Amino acid sequence: MPKNPDIKKVLMIGSGPIVIGQAAEFDYAGTQACRSLKEEGIEVVLLNSNPATIMTDKDIADKVYIEPLTVEVVEQLILKEKPDSVLPTLGGQAGLNLAMELEERGFLKEHNVRLIGTTSETIKKAEDRQEFKDTMEKIGEPIAASLVVKNVEDGIAFSNKIGYPVVLRPAYTLGGSGGGIANNEEELVEILENGLRLSRVGEVLVERCIAGWKEIEYEVMRDSAGNCITVCNMENLDPVGVHTGDSIVVAPSQTLGDKEYQMLRTSALNIITELGITGGCNVQYALNPNSFEYCVIEVNPRVSRSSALASKATGYPIAKVAAKIALGYTLDEIKNAITGKTYASFEPMLDYCVVKIPRLPFDKFISAKRTLTTQMKATGEVMSICNNFEGALMKAIRSLEQHVDSLMSYDFTGLSKEDLLEQLCIVDDMRIWRIAEAIRRGTDYETIHKITKIDNWFIDKIAILVEMEEELRKKELTEDLLREAKRIEFPDHVIAKLTGKTEDEVKALRKEYGITAAYKMVDTCAAEFEASTPYYYSVYGGENEADGKTDKKKVLILGSGPIRIGQGIEFDFCSVHCTWAFEKEGYETIIINNNPETVSTDFDIADKLYFEPLTPEDVENVVNVEKPDGAVVQFGGQTAIKLTEALIKMGVKILGTSAENVDAAEDRELFDGILEECHIPRPKGHTVYTAEEAKKAANELGYPVLVRPSYVLGGQGMQIAINDEDVEEYIGIINRIAQEHPILVDKYLQGKEIEVDAVCDGEDILIPGIMEHIERAGIHSGDSISVYPARTISETAKKTIEEYTRRLAKSLHVLGMINIQFIVCGEEVYVIEVNPRSSRTVPYISKVTGIPIVPLAAKVILGHKLKDLGYTPGLQPEAKYYAVKMPVFSFEKIRGADISLGPEMKSTGECLGISESFNEALYKAFLGAGINLPKHKNMIITVRDEDKQDIIPIAKRFSDLGYKIYATRSTAKVLNENGVKAVRTNKIEQPSPNLMDLILGHKIDLVIDTPSQGVEKAKDGFIIRRNAIETGVNVLTALDTAEALVTSLENTDIQKLELIDIAAI
Amino acid sequence: MKAFLILEDGTVFTGTSIGSKKEIISEIVFNTSMTGYLEVLTDPSYAGQAVCMTYPLIGNYGICHEDQESLRPWPDGYIVRELSRMPSNFRSEDTIQNFLKQYDIPGIAGIDTRALTKLLREKGTMNGMITTDAAYKLEEIIPRLKAYNTGKVVERVTCEEKTVLKGEGPKVALMDFGAKDNIAKSLNERGCEVTIYPAFTKAEEILKTNPDGIMLSNGPGDPKECTSIIEEIKKLYDSEVPIFAICLGHQLMALATGADTKKMKYGHRGGNHPVKDLETGRVYISSQNHGYVVDTDTLNPEIAVPAFINVNDKTNEGLKYTGKNIFTVQFHPEACPGPQDSGYLFDRFLKMMEVTK
Repeated sequence: MPKNPDIKKVLMIGSGPIVIGQAAEFDYAGTQACRSLKEEGIEVVLLNSNPATIMTDKDIADKVYIEPLTVEVVEQLILKEKPDSVLPTLGGQAGLNLAMELEERGFLKEHNVRLIGTTSETIKKAEDRQEFKDTMEKIGEPIAASLVVKNVEDGIAFSNKIGYPVVLRPAYTLGGSGGGIANNEEELVEILENGLRLSRVGEVLVERCIAGWKEIEYEVMRDSAGNCITVCNMENLDPVGVHTGDSIVVAPSQTLGDKEYQMLRTSALNIITELGITGGCNVQYALNPNSFEYCVIEVNPRVSRSSALASKATGYPIAKVAAKIALGYTLDEIKNAITGKTYASFEPMLDYCVVKIPRLPFDKFISAKRTLTTQMKATGEVMSICNNFEGALMKAIRSLEQHVDSLMSYDFTGLSKEDLLEQLCIVDDMRIWRIAEAIRRGTDYETIHKITKIDNWFIDKIAILVEMEEELRKKELTEDLLREAKRIEFPDHVIAKLTGKTEDEVKALRKEYGITAAYKMVDTCAAEFEASTPYYYSVYGGENEADGKTDKKKVLILGSGPIRIGQGIEFDFCSVHCTWAFEKEGYETIIINNNPETVSTDFDIADKLYFEPLTPEDVENVVNVEKPDGAVVQFGGQTAIKLTEALIKMGVKILGTSAENVDAAEDRELFDGILEECHIPRPKGHTVYTAEEAKKAANELGYPVLVRPSYVLGGQGMQIAINDEDVEEYIGIINRIAQEHPILVDKYLQGKEIEVDAVCDGEDILIPGIMEHIERAGIHSGDSISVYPARTISETAKKTIEEYTRRLAKSLHVLGMINIQFIVCGEEVYVIEVNPRSSRTVPYISKVTGIPIVPLAAKVILGHKLKDLGYTPGLQPEAKYYAVKMPVFSFEKIRGADISLGPEMKSTGECLGISESFNEALYKAFLGAGINLPKHKNMIITVRDEDKQDIIPIAKRFSDLGYKIYATRSTAKVLNENGVKAVRTNKIEQPSPNLMDLILGHKIDLVIDTPSQGVEKAKDGFIIRRNAIETGVNVLTALDTAEALVTSLENTDIQKLELIDIAAI
Repeated sequence: MKAFLILEDGTVFTGTSIGSKKEIISEIVFNTSMTGYLEVLTDPSYAGQAVCMTYPLIGNYGICHEDQESLRPWPDGYIVRELSRMPSNFRSEDTIQNFLKQYDIPGIAGIDTRALTKLLREKGTMNGMITTDAAYKLEEIIPRLKAYNTGKVVERVTCEEKTVLKGEGPKVALMDFGAKDNIAKSLNERGCEVTIYPAFTKAEEILKTNPDGIMLSNGPGDPKECTSIIEEIKKLYDSEVPIFAICLGHQLMALATGADTKKMKYGHRGGNHPVKDLETGRVYISSQNHGYVVDTDTLNPEIAVPAFINVNDKTNEGLKYTGKNIFTVQFHPEACPGPQDSGYLFDRFLKMMEVTK
């Protein structure tokens, strides 16, 4: 069936800010879909509140709206843009939910807009628990015994009937929010209450527990003619019980025979047919490991994280094909872009094995529970490809960038065998390391299998890796042994460590024996057809298919690896734009990256894609084959920057700012020298080694001071101290984390925090705009609300900022991007941090100013001058819009994580509010972040003593808006004394009714709780904040944020939002 | 122990010997199925060939004898990247290593199977030798490889005497040219009484039992080698008995009715081939195993017209015989291994038998 000619203008709904459970994969899917639609001459209107995405670029869609994802906004947008169709299946659960609401309201019908890619009946059948159950029963597909409950009592009764443990799954939530396994009634009540509240429709499914079964997924596609195919199946190493997003996943399935494989495949096709899906769909199964019994766990009637993984694992572009199907094409009419010969109506055949490992945020949330459950916790993931499982696992491990490079990286040697076996039942991110240690101690497979339920096949593979460690330790490193160690992807430095050799010696041996990495192509067809798309992975032992030959100059672009807190999708945006810019300059572009969720690892972004870990050894192997003319590291975040030194050693020219100058910005002493040279002040500070010295320094500077270890990135371990006691406490903590490094004690300046991104061509600089943080210094810049253009600093200060930026860029010989953070106190401007690379704010500032900074940076790196590129150097004139970047957090997903903001970054994503009026921009930003107030007009305020005076005017404004304020004793006293009516309420340790009852009563809109200093003292507040977050109450921990919120609430009416097409800026 | 795979173009792959140590010469083909290695090994259509699995991890779930498509493995040799040292599946009874040894089939593991596949794709199917003799002499071996001819293989794989699978429904005569068990099973499960005849059974013998339908099975080798069988099929064609044919059976019916077959460059072997039903426009993913194909240029539309084509290379995948109750397919609706999407064709055959009854 050819394209439906009635479809001319399509509204695509994106997935909004990156949160746990809904991450970069939807930028990848959405971007691919937009390009696929545009290829067909369709006009694309895009709505997504996330400015860090590539899909919200004017290169990708015709009209781009970075607006809050609410029904009201979509309705308004439809009225404004008059699309004939809405495509909601590529924007994750957020997009799908919006489409459902529009359909339910009858809005789409009323305005003659059709839903393409799916129907509301399909969505309901797949997403509504009862309808799903009925549908599955109708076609005879088994599901675990279950009941949808709307209250706790029914849940208890049903659980008693089917027996514990039971699984709880709230309807319409993402990433399994609020779900879990309950082993007894007490746990049931706890999880169920929470789940009922989080569900959009107040429903939770209580289900027979099939934990321990094999978890298998199928990615299936169907067109409107009813043709179906499976793109790929995947097997979770972690059996049912761990969310697939948190599981180690392998593709294709490894332990299924053809009978099982085809049984589930046929089932998946029956399901997609019955649901009437046109596009992509993901079906998850639990398969009894001891029979052919299976249960359908879940169906996602849209592209998903798993489909992004399947696309990258097979080379089959699911989103692209789904978009074409939505336009009316059938699978046999759509060309397979990888082979250019075959069609989309075939099933990819892999001749390799793919392993995905989740990237979990426990390094950022030290207090959080590491346990993995049906509630997803991962912020990102890595994927690796090899022709054996062991190798794929080893590559994936070292791609994580969590200081792990082998199965020895977490040390459990200190545990007794009994303790170790006991700990084997812990399901967390270190489980395979524990299994490896158990194997080292001679534990048999059956024992491990009984405890973990992990299939013996996987246990055997872990054992093979452990045996190799042993051989390397004990035997002579012969050619055969080295060859075998490399075949299963032991990195050189691990081999070196085990054999007592140096890494260079191992490398020399490899050279002598001719053991080098070869590259194979991902071609969707196991080499049956010739493929034209150079998408490579490395193996040891085999013919090399990668051909480094080209007439063009070659540039190597290093990606940013897995999405994690502190290094998000922004860097993928930068990498992709850098790639495109170099391509336009006539370069052959080569990307190395390992993140399957991203646009940069789509096979048609760079001329060549190497899906590889970003370690020096893996990068060097690519360099040996490709011999690039240069490498760009300034766009791939810390991941790429860290590789600079290694690249220089390999003889690769670093394009842009030189390595010495990057170092100069990071080394305190060198940097101090540069500041002095440039006559730029920074907050006074000292480098100390002991608590005594620190206290002395602090008293000399005057409290408050900022204490942090040197050489730690992203604010890790940074604290603000207000007295000697604090200093002592922090030094203690810091010494536990990073010993033997000097400690920095700086004067803490409570000024305005300002951020600037600039491009420097060696002579001139270009500053697209100055951004101002709403929160005072002390909160990580990534967690602060950022406003462009800066509103509250003087013109003089702006001039100073421009001047300092110019001086620093010149002094550091910046060629390309630089990011500088300032503190402004009155007219005084201090520099607090300089990063001679692309930053988190680059996508945001380039979109709201309309200045394409990444392409500009790429061009100046190649020697163009800003003046010749049509720009007047210096600070650019301010745009007529205010743009507010709002951090978005995923605290509810991480049990036990402290949500109070500080110098350590905690947000997972961001959204944007843009408007000609500041207040409206601010309102939009809050709305986009999901803070949709007022609802009940009740709030709780409990602030530390230092904040008591500052809270009064804020509280008054909330009160004037009609808010009823509850406050703890001392806060209430201050408020009441100052004419703000506040109801005193008991603290949590005091008798009911207390704060906790209020929170759990679901009538609270907002909690303002500023954490008191110190670890122990904060405990009470910690419990309040956690409970509020888990009850779905908005919590603010900084007064500046609270003030911004009340400002936005005072000024705007939701019906009157002005929508702005940023493609027109 | 080291093993060598020597191709007629002089390429040598060095790997590890698996299974038997004996030396063989055979036609080297590749199969892209990711699961179903046992079904492939026991598919009689691989007689006279050595098969290379493109999926690199083979043997993961061991040997489950009930999944066999015939009583024994048929390939002359077996080529894999890696054999799992520890199969894991609740039904696993044995390992591939043992299975190959038991039937004296040599194999080679640890070679770059992707490189081999690319070579076969580019140069076309080649003959090759698997040997453990490290002192091999290429100049002696290559002429032997070039001279090698698979020859008549159907007689090796067909059953020796007829057997009957009881059933209450239509009576089907199944001509066994090297039939996979699941063909008979698929019919039997649908209620048919299936009588399996050796390949060289005379048409008269079958027709005199008044079967409700005749099923021509898959099988190995060049269809044109089956001259005497083709003669018998002509007689079956002339009868009014409904006929359904798969793979070799499909090619033989075409030859019997005046069309021609040709050898493909490297054939279709795997479980992912899209075939389009020309009547409905629907596309099905099919299981395939063939190195020859019906040349549609030689079709007389008064006799037969294409019913299915391959979406990828547009080769013929099925024929409908004009004015006859005969339809034939090149792919394998009985699956095993591979997708079960085209199983409905057995239902179509049943319906055909009902109508003509």
